[in-house]
Amino acid sequence: MSADTMQVIQQFLLLLQYTLIFSSVLMMVALGGCFSEHSGVINLGLEGIMVIGALGGALVMRYLPADASGLVMVLLVMLGAVVFGLVYSALLGVASINFKADQTIVGTALNMLGVAGATVLVKAINTASNPDNPSSIIEYGLPRQNFLVTFKIPVSVEGGGAERFLSFEFNWFLVVAIVMLVAAYIVLYKTRFGLRLMACGEHPQAAASVGINVLKMRWSGVLISGVYGGLGGICYIMAAVSQWEFERGVAGFGFLSLAVMIFGQWKPSRIALAALLFGLLRALSNVGTGFAALQALNIPGGVYNMMPYVICLVVLAFTSKKSRAPKAEGIPYDKGMR
Amino acid sequence: MKNLLKRKGVQSLIASLLCIVLGLLLGYVVLLFINPAGAGQAILAVIRNFLNVSKANLQLKNLGNTLVKTAPLLMCSLSVLFAYKVGLFNIGVAGQYVVGAAAGLYAALQWGWGWLPCLLLAIALGAVSGAIVGMLKAYQNVNEVISGIMLNWITLYTANMILSGVTEQASPYTLHLRGNADQAILPSLGLGNLFNKHQYVTIAVPLAIILAIVVLVVLDKTRFGYELRATGNNKNAAKYAGMAEKRNIILTLMIGGALAAMGGALLYLTDFEQWSVGLSSVPGMGFNGIAAAFLGGLNPIGAIFSSYFIQHITAGGAFVDKSMYASQISDLISSIIIYLCGFVLFIKYAINTGLLRSEERALLRKQKAAAGGNTEKGGAS
Repeated sequence: MSADTMQVIQQFLLLLQYTLIFSSVLMMVALGGCFSEHSGVINLGLEGIMVIGALGGALVMRYLPADASGLVMVLLVMLGAVVFGLVYSALLGVASINFKADQTIVGTALNMLGVAGATVLVKAINTASNPDNPSSIIEYGLPRQNFLVTFKIPVSVEGGGAERFLSFEFNWFLVVAIVMLVAAYIVLYKTRFGLRLMACGEHPQAAASVGINVLKMRWSGVLISGVYGGLGGICYIMAAVSQWEFERGVAGFGFLSLAVMIFGQWKPSRIALAALLFGLLRALSNVGTGFAALQALNIPGGVYNMMPYVICLVVLAFTSKKSRAPKAEGIPYDKGMR
Repeated sequence: MKNLLKRKGVQSLIASLLCIVLGLLLGYVVLLFINPAGAGQAILAVIRNFLNVSKANLQLKNLGNTLVKTAPLLMCSLSVLFAYKVGLFNIGVAGQYVVGAAAGLYAALQWGWGWLPCLLLAIALGAVSGAIVGMLKAYQNVNEVISGIMLNWITLYTANMILSGVTEQASPYTLHLRGNADQAILPSLGLGNLFNKHQYVTIAVPLAIILAIVVLVVLDKTRFGYELRATGNNKNAAKYAGMAEKRNIILTLMIGGALAAMGGALLYLTDFEQWSVGLSSVPGMGFNGIAAAFLGGLNPIGAIFSSYFIQHITAGGAFVDKSMYASQISDLISSIIIYLCGFVLFIKYAINTGLLRSEERALLRKQKAAAGGNTEKGGAS
């Protein structure tokens, strides 16, 4: 194989790696949003939930002794993210379900609170351990290795020289994402709980009339979205780098997941496909310049980044009149309403 | 006292003050949790802002800084509250603010336009951005929150791409207007001299306040404003009364977009800040505008005070002891306040039910007293 061919293959592998991991993030967070919206609560705070979930996982990695076994590490990190995401999403639940607050305000507040809270906390931890380090960065280079399986395929390159490798990083979060997808599908469509949950997002008064506890169902939907969002958050910050600056938030992945959810028309299987497409676009903006053909087109990274939103807007423009969105989403449950 | 409590304005004021007090209190608890030693000092530093410095002229300078950032925030909050009167949640304010910033900066740096054309271009493009959301809503029934969010990100990436043509060399920041496009800097008209020769205090500040008053007049005193409020109260009733509901939705969002974009231009045409084309998230100014709008009780005059307050504590964050706390503590407090603003309806409901109950009790007492006074027998049985 020539050196050029190898370069191209390596770029493809890198693109595949990024696409898969970004798609996993988007899919998990979008599924979270899907649960919440099917129960009748719009969750605009996914971005903030991701940040807090990421914080939970990152804190576990910071405080767990380095000699902890790989499996324990992986499980505890995921548990940390899930617990943080779950608890944080309860803020949305209390406000929007029990106090009938405006879900858009609360969601927006959660996004800002997530970044501000994580920044304040991480900076406090960093300055406490070293007064000269007032940054909002948590490093997790070593623990991150437990999540990765690196494949190195030796290739002989024409013209000799040292032996060279094609490398590909497999991330265990891909498996987690697929499990979470299957779980979402089964729970929503094959269990009594899921069908009841969806009824509460379509017509809560009708659901209540057959004895379903609407508030409980909505709480479940919101908390499940916290679990999915938290997992998505930790998966995102560990996708490509070995440290994270919490001041930066999660660069719009929570909002991108909303786009995935809408493009996927609130259905798990379609959400998975939408996540693949949008994940590919996001990956192209990161590593697309590595391809000679794409480089010749000279498309700025921003174009790839905005494509998902443009696509989503176009889809919305054509489908909103007969939208698949849960009918009662965003409306606080009022027993007396018909 | 009770009659005072019944007034809507008073209720809004109580609710807002309650949100502020609770927000500061929770912020204080967070500080205590991080390091109890300096928590009291730190929260006072946030509340004092420019009063932290002792020299009078430095105080003025710091107050000037806060005012420079209050103007765009006020514009964003006006955008939000204007749309909210029609029952529309203009979350696209964040992107419209970016439209204004980018249009102003690009026209100034690339085309060498003066400040007035720059400002007008920003306003026009902001209106277009709002019109997109409005038309999608009016004709295709697209939820304005969702389309607003999508446009926020589309705008951010577009702005970054366009402005990367006018950055400093080997830096993600756009060129300073001073020295590169002096004609585009907003005039100060001597206002800067009031703030210890503050070069960034310009007509932006009074302009924003004037617009707040204009918005108030339009909403309260004009037929257009009446139609908008009617549409907001009951869309169908307004439609059947012959009001052009679709036109009103589009116009409202256009005005909202124009206001927010003007805010973006009003900040960046002072040269107070440079735009970074490396931004990976939509700037928080628009979202803070949502906070200011609700904290101000959705009233334009209230928004003047709430916008100032939010910038006041944000600037105050810079004065906390950095060896213990992060300056973002003030962002934390503002976001807690926004979260609490979600409970405003509940607070008002609580006040009203409280009033109603005490009235009922008073009425009952009166009846009892009357009954007891008239028929001794009846009372005994």
